[in-house]
Parts: sequence; C-alpha cells; structure tokens
Amino acid sequence: MQTYDLTEKGLRGLNSILHAQHEETNQVSWEVVNPRGSHAIAVGLDAPLEVTIKGSTGYYCAGMNQGAAIRVEGSVGPGVAENMMSGSVVVEGDASQYAGATGHGGLLVIKGNASSRCGISMKGIDIVVHGNVGHMSAFMAQAGNLVVCGDAGDALGDSIYEARLFVRGSVKSLGADCVEKEVLPEHVGILKDLLERADLHARPEEFRRYGSARKLYNFDIDNVADY
Amino acid sequence: MKDTETAIPRTLPIQSATFTNEVNAEIRRAAATGIYDIRGGGAKRRVPNFDDLLFLGASVSRYPLEGYRERCDTSVTLGTRFASNPIELDIPITIAGMSFGALSGPAKEALGRGASAAGTSTTTGDGGMTPEERRHSSMLVYQYLPSRYGMNPNDLRQADAIEVVVGQGAKPGGGGMLLGQKISDRVAEMRTLPKGIDQRSACRHPDWTGPDDLEIKILELREITDWRVPIYVKVGATRPYYDTALAVKAGADVVVMDGMQGGTAATQDVFIEHVGLPTLACIRPAVHALQDLDVHREVQLVVSGGIRSGADVAKALALGADAVAIGTAALIAMGDNDPKWEAEYQKLGSTSGAYDDWHEGRDPAGITTQDPDLAARLDPVEAGRRLRNYLKVMTLEAQTIARACGHNHLRNFEAEDLCALTMEAAAMAQVPLAGTDWFPGKGGF
Repeated sequence: MQTYDLTEKGLRGLNSILHAQHEETNQVSWEVVNPRGSHAIAVGLDAPLEVTIKGSTGYYCAGMNQGAAIRVEGSVGPGVAENMMSGSVVVEGDASQYAGATGHGGLLVIKGNASSRCGISMKGIDIVVHGNVGHMSAFMAQAGNLVVCGDAGDALGDSIYEARLFVRGSVKSLGADCVEKEVLPEHVGILKDLLERADLHARPEEFRRYGSARKLYNFDIDNVADY
Repeated sequence: MKDTETAIPRTLPIQSATFTNEVNAEIRRAAATGIYDIRGGGAKRRVPNFDDLLFLGASVSRYPLEGYRERCDTSVTLGTRFASNPIELDIPITIAGMSFGALSGPAKEALGRGASAAGTSTTTGDGGMTPEERRHSSMLVYQYLPSRYGMNPNDLRQADAIEVVVGQGAKPGGGGMLLGQKISDRVAEMRTLPKGIDQRSACRHPDWTGPDDLEIKILELREITDWRVPIYVKVGATRPYYDTALAVKAGADVVVMDGMQGGTAATQDVFIEHVGLPTLACIRPAVHALQDLDVHREVQLVVSGGIRSGADVAKALALGADAVAIGTAALIAMGDNDPKWEAEYQKLGSTSGAYDDWHEGRDPAGITTQDPDLAARLDPVEAGRRLRNYLKVMTLEAQTIARACGHNHLRNFEAEDLCALTMEAAAMAQVPLAGTDWFPGKGGF
C-alpha cells in the first residue's frame, strides 16, 4: 500500500504518479490522506489500481476513471466519476450534484444520498444510490442503469432516452417523456446483480422501473408542450 | 370614347417592405407544417462585416515591403499560457469544429488532409473523434461539448488541444440538433443513442455552471492530460468583453470568439438570424478584455464566423486576433454548394449557393450527409487538396496586404492599418471612418 499525503505533496504529484502506473504495475494499492475537499482527485486513471481516499473530496473526484477501483471514505463534491468509462467508484458518504454525469461504463455506488442531476446524460454507467436522489436526476439519460433505494425528487428522467431507472421509494414527479414501465424478468436479473455489487440487501421486487415513452424521439407538433 | 369611359388610373400593386414574398412564404410554410424552419449555415442577413473595412496601405509615413521578395512570416503559436505543448501553426487560419454526423466521414477526412497540408489544425465536433480524422490531422483540437457524445479519455489524451465549447455564433445559448435522417448506425453508436431519432445536444454542460465551476472543470481536464495540451474556451459572440474576461479567469489558454455568421449543422432559422453579434462587433471588446487583464497575446484570441478571404484574415488580425477559424468557407472550398450540382439542388427546391438544408442529409455534394452513396461523391484526397489550395491562397492574400502595410509578419497588423466605410463598422471595429480620424464613441459622446 502506497500512502500519498495530498496536503503535503499536492494534486499534480498525485495524478501524475497515478497516471504513470500501468497495467503491470506492482504499486496497485494507493491510499490518499488529507484530501481536504480538493478538486480533481484521482482523475483520468487508466489502470486497474485500488485507490482509497481517506476523507471528503471536492469536484470531479475520479473523473473519467478507466479501470480503477476508487473508494472515498467521506462525501464528494459535484461531478464524482463524471464520464467514467469502466472500473468502480464507491462513495461512503453523500454526493453533490451531477454524480456519474455522462458516464459511459463502470459502477458508481453512493452509500448516502445524491443531490440533483444524478446520472445526468448517463451513457452506459451503472449507478446505485443507497439513499435518495435530487431533482432532475437522469436528465437526458441515454443508457445504463440508475438504481435508487430511497426516493427520487422532481422531474426524474426528464427527456430520457434508453437508460433504465429503478426506484424503491417514492418519485416526486416524472420529467417529460418519462413513464413507469413494467419490471420484466430481465430487469430483475439486472437489479439483483447491481444490488449485490453495491453491497445492498434489498429485494428487486421492491423496485419500480421508469424509462422513456419515446414520444419525443422525433419532433411532432402535437407534443410541443413537452419539449 | 366618352370621357366617362376613360379608365380610372389605379395605383400600382405595392409589395410590402414588411410582408415581403420571403416573409409570406415562411408564414405559409409555418402554417402548413406546424414547425419552425430548421436549416444549416450561419446568418444570411446583411450585417456589418469585414467588407466595411479597408486597409490604408503604406504611404509617405510608412514604407511597404517588396511584394514578392521580402519575407512576411505567417506562423502563430496557440496555448502558450499553461500548456507544455502549445500548438504551433504555419498559418493563422484554422479549421473550426464540425462534427462527424453533421459531415460525412470523407468530408472530415478531407478537412484533416487539407489542414495538415497547409500546416494548421482542424477540430472535431459534437459526436467525438473518428480514427480517420485523427489519422489525417497532424494537429487536432478535440471539442468538449455539453452533450459529451463520444467523449472518452483515450481520445482526450491523443488530442493536440481541447476546446471547451460554451456556445457557437450561429446559436449562442442554444444546443445542437442532428435530425434522425442523418443518424446512421455508426453515428448512433458513437453517440450511444438509437438509430433514426432526432439527437439533441444540450445547451449547457451537464456538470458545471458558471465561470467558477468552469475553472475547476479546466483544472480537471488539465490534470487528466497532465497539463500537456492547450485548453481553448469557445463562446458564441454575445457579451465578448465579459465572456473573454471570464474565460481568462477560468484558466483558458485560448479564447475562440464565434460571430453570428458562423455556421451550424442545424438549428432554427429564427435563432440563426436573430441571436448573437456580428463577427466584426465582437473582436475589439474581446481584445480590450485581454488587454485590461494584461494577457493580450499571452492568451490567444481566435475569431470565427464568416471569414472568407485573406483580406478577412488580415482585418481580424489587425483588430487584435491571433488567428481565425473557418468552417463554411472550408466546406465551399471542398465542393459544398457547387453549381455543378445545380440540377440536384433544384430538385431539392433550392439552388447552388443557397442550399442550406444540411440537416436533411441529402447534400448533393456529399459533404453534409451520412448517405453512403452521396458521401462517396466526395473524394477526400481531392477535396483535401482543394482546401489546402484555398488556405494557401488566403495566406498569400493576407501576406500581400501585410507587405503593403509594411509588416514582415502577419501578427504585426494593427488597428491603425484600417479605416471604416460606414459609421456602423467604425463604431464596431473602433477604427476611424474613412477620411477622418474619428469613430463613434471616440473621446466619449
């Protein structure tokens, strides 16, 4: 285990040394101490590293992660795991806005609550939130799965494309073109897998599924009020 | 014939200056279809532009350089503020961002070929970077757009620069639109969306709002790319002084200012014609912002929107820009709107020079299409050669004017080289009205 004191050694040094690790590296496990809410911690990783951040972070922690397993023992600022490609990011605390924004792949687990626009424009990422998500979550979500074990705020899934949304609690309101859909056996399988990987003990049958009504996919003057 | 049978004189039919035939046609079209008019390109209305400026040339007070024998350099370096690998261009004319999706694969390849042969950069667009584009572009700027279609760290790391797109001149404040007709299997896959649907590109970024956030976003991009490549911030011209100042504050290496004549693949006509500033009006405020922050020339200014000739290039540089970017002109050089396709333009209800239904994917020239048969009409090698020629001619034209003004480098153009033909142009460019030493606003009102 390599330990990096962020306050002492600085952000540039951390990301630089993590970028220098390749798939065959022996220095797989890293511990970052004293993050003190810094931005852009462990961004652009491109190797199967294990990085534990001992404390809370600022914006864009683990941004564009590709293959690394990153754990934050604290809460995270806006845009955690934005545009993640693969690997995993686990947040022990809460997440601010835009968690998992535009993510293409990998797994983001938020053990607390996530603020507004969680999963905005997601493109294949899987996101599991143990608590609640704020308004406009999954806005323009294109692909992937968002699992919310608590409640969802206003306008869930507004202008959604083909992402799948699963919510166990209440949904304050659905956004434009987002509708409740039947939970099919294939969805139970997806949920079961994600819940297990997110270390959650919940039954897939407790969730309701939401997705696109596909009425806004091509412009129609009769749907103009929804645009 | 009796007097009472004399025909009573009648007034001639008068066409309304308000309800013109064009306006009436649009009203009828809207009434019939229930949808606003969507088209490609930039503003078509006449706005004050570079044609309203003239160079003064050398005289008794200044001596010129020999037109063919004395050296006049054209190089420019972009991104010297923070990047360890700034972009070094042979000429101050770059290719603006245009997407694969809006343009065909061969068209994107041709842009890369032409730009590379001329020693300049080209730019990706909404939808990501294609391998062909990367392979044929010696310097490639990777756009970071609100939609993040196709965005991935591998392409980010192989880019020569990153352009954070806040807006574009054709539609500042608006997002993008790629209609279903142009969503081929490949375009759909790159954008992670179903084939055949209308693809909307968001008007603002999903994970930051405002200049303070942008500063952190730029930090993240620099960290991911290890501070190697320049980061541009592109804005549609609306509030050029403050947008430039805020881009500098956020950490931009380069500010790209796109005026309303700049083209788009598709948006509402009402947006194109009624939102934004003419290119001519945005340069001086942007330069003043850079000067006020003491970063003029340290943060480079790239101007785009309706640049057509070496004279336009020279005028933009004289007003304080470091380089220009061209889009529509590059497409025309490659064959867009060529009269040789007139019969086909007629079938589409248009004519060469006016064809702007780029969003429909039926471009006879094979440039703004994803139809494989149409796209095959464009030979990327030949189109690249034509673009290279055009870029070279623009450069030669700018050099010709520079020498006539006594400059041995294009960067030595200055506003004092210019005068304006109209009051409007004098006010916008802040150069004297021809024959005077005055422009509106000089010395206060």
